[in-house]
Amino acid sequence: MEIKKLKEQANIIRKDIIEMLVEAKSGHSAGPLGMADVFTALYFGDVLKHDPKNPKWEQRDRLVLSNGHICPVHYATLARVGYFPIEELKTLRKLGSRLQGHPHNAALPGIETSSGPLGQGISQAIGMALAVKMDKKKNQIYVISSDGEHDEGQTWEAIMFAGKNKMDNLTNIMDRNNIQIDGFTEDVMPLEPLRDKYEAFGWHVIDIDGHNIQEIIDACNQAKAIFEKPVVILAHTIPGKGVDFMEFDFKWHGKAPCAEEGQKALDCLRTLDGKIKGEHE
Amino acid sequence: MSKEKNMDLEKNVYQKEKLEQKPTRNGYGQGLVELGKRSEDVVVLCADLTGSTRSAMFQKEFPDRFIQVGIAEQNMLSIAAGLAFSGKVPFVSTYGVFCPGRNWDQLRVNVCYSKANVKLTGAHTGVSVGPDGATHQALEDIAITRCLPNMTVLAPCDMIETKKATIAAGEIKGPVYLRFAREATPIFTTVKTPFQIGQAEVFKQGKDVSVIACGPTVHEALLAAHDLAKENISVAVVNNHTIKPMDEKTIIEAAKTGAVVTAEDHQVMGGLGSAVAEVLATSLPAGRQVPMEMIAVQDRFGESGQPEELMKEYGLLAEDIKQAIKKVIKRK
Ligand SMILES: Cc1ncc(C[n+]2csc(CCOP(=O)(O)OP(=O)(O)O)c2C)c(N)n1
Ligand SMILES: [Mg+2]
Repeated sequence: MEIKKLKEQANIIRKDIIEMLVEAKSGHSAGPLGMADVFTALYFGDVLKHDPKNPKWEQRDRLVLSNGHICPVHYATLARVGYFPIEELKTLRKLGSRLQGHPHNAALPGIETSSGPLGQGISQAIGMALAVKMDKKKNQIYVISSDGEHDEGQTWEAIMFAGKNKMDNLTNIMDRNNIQIDGFTEDVMPLEPLRDKYEAFGWHVIDIDGHNIQEIIDACNQAKAIFEKPVVILAHTIPGKGVDFMEFDFKWHGKAPCAEEGQKALDCLRTLDGKIKGEHE
Repeated sequence: MSKEKNMDLEKNVYQKEKLEQKPTRNGYGQGLVELGKRSEDVVVLCADLTGSTRSAMFQKEFPDRFIQVGIAEQNMLSIAAGLAFSGKVPFVSTYGVFCPGRNWDQLRVNVCYSKANVKLTGAHTGVSVGPDGATHQALEDIAITRCLPNMTVLAPCDMIETKKATIAAGEIKGPVYLRFAREATPIFTTVKTPFQIGQAEVFKQGKDVSVIACGPTVHEALLAAHDLAKENISVAVVNNHTIKPMDEKTIIEAAKTGAVVTAEDHQVMGGLGSAVAEVLATSLPAGRQVPMEMIAVQDRFGESGQPEELMKEYGLLAEDIKQAIKKVIKRK
């Protein structure tokens, strides 16, 4: 898909996120909107080897979502790329839905692990990456993690392990959006210098603009080409990206827009680069 | 049952629509502020959840005694142990799934084994947490705290009782776990309602069956009892806010109705129901054993949904308690 089309796709996913959250009346806004470009690049930009019609395909790359609360962006992407019907997005967080408030791997195709408790995804991805190596296979293991969950000790236990074991089939894409619940990450628990920390643990580090789809794709390709080291892509993103009253505001971490705010949010998305065609023109 | 004690409950206790509703966790915030005024030694720790655990109320009043640890629940509990070893009275605040869920080894050794004067709190317990789903609904916290020696386990029934329980926890020595709910629930006790750690209270007298409950489920039990009075079934309701140490005397006394129902928003295995069964099975003589039914989550994980829908789906409402009462009476 050409970049222009990918931008449009990312904006459709943002629209889905807003509509899902308005309908659910609860859930997380900032993280999902901020990661729409990354998810679009992964699933629509020929980065992930996957087959929506065959979610358990042996040859597939794995994508582990460690920061489970941003699942609306994952759900919307999976529906748009064909894993399940788009209408089902409206069932988010409702009784009996496959779209649980935090992802449940046993419930929905395309979801590799259950998450919600932070800081456990990189470890699970390492397990998958080890299995792939033992079986002498070529699948790439991607993990999406957040900056907030780098407060957890387990995150660093995992980072240390992956460095020691030179896990070059592992790519960690970190949503570096500078917010968590109680405020800015550097106020709550400073994480910087992240590049130096990862490098000290034996990782290759790539900093990117997490809203530049070409950069995201290029970084993923570069990561695959790096041997003897795991790679972390520090995706610098804007929380709430595309909705002006949400951008950079940690208060939107775990809040869903009400119907009126949702309408305003959709209006904002209309003017975003790669704006939605058709009904929102 | 034995001599009646005035419980001073809200006068509209049986008319849910007339009762004010607030989450029990609000009482935690209020209790912390009160404790902070009473003692300089009280400190509060939180792991990036100051708003929803209500520890923000303490942070605002006593910023110098508030400790933000980031999203690091294991670190938080061990830091609390260190503070306690140095004379502080730390209150640890996060969701029940993370404390005692994620930091259970730290709880076991740093806190309980070492008799550290740490108070840990689990916000967002039970399926009533709602749309966040299974990962965020603590259904095992009573089981995994009450099995630890030196531990006190409290599950207060409404906001007012939670404030009292928080203050009481701060004023006794030793590890205490306090369990809260996320949703607003009826406030049906008053400042005058008796509360003492280790003392279960008979909120309603009855002859045919006793319901022993904890947390906001106590109110569901009262509604069930009130309804069944119309069918000439006389139901006693016990508020068993302290799950450890169990008030064995009151439990054995309650069993004299000849049938017991327990009720809690927690997994059936290891919770309040199990604690009551342990007391009765080991205390009552042969021939005086009583049939029991347990209202609880029946060995399944929670899921997303509206709190009320989930309470219904998991069978934790007054209607379900009524069914259990009828069933247990048939087994008498
Ligand atoms: C182990 C654990 N502790 C606490 C929480 C509660 N929690 C959910 S999201 C969050 C903040 C996470 O920060 P980040 O992932 O950077 O948030 P975002 O950028 O998406 O707003 C916290 C503390 C959790 N889910 N897991
Ligand atoms: Mg963040």
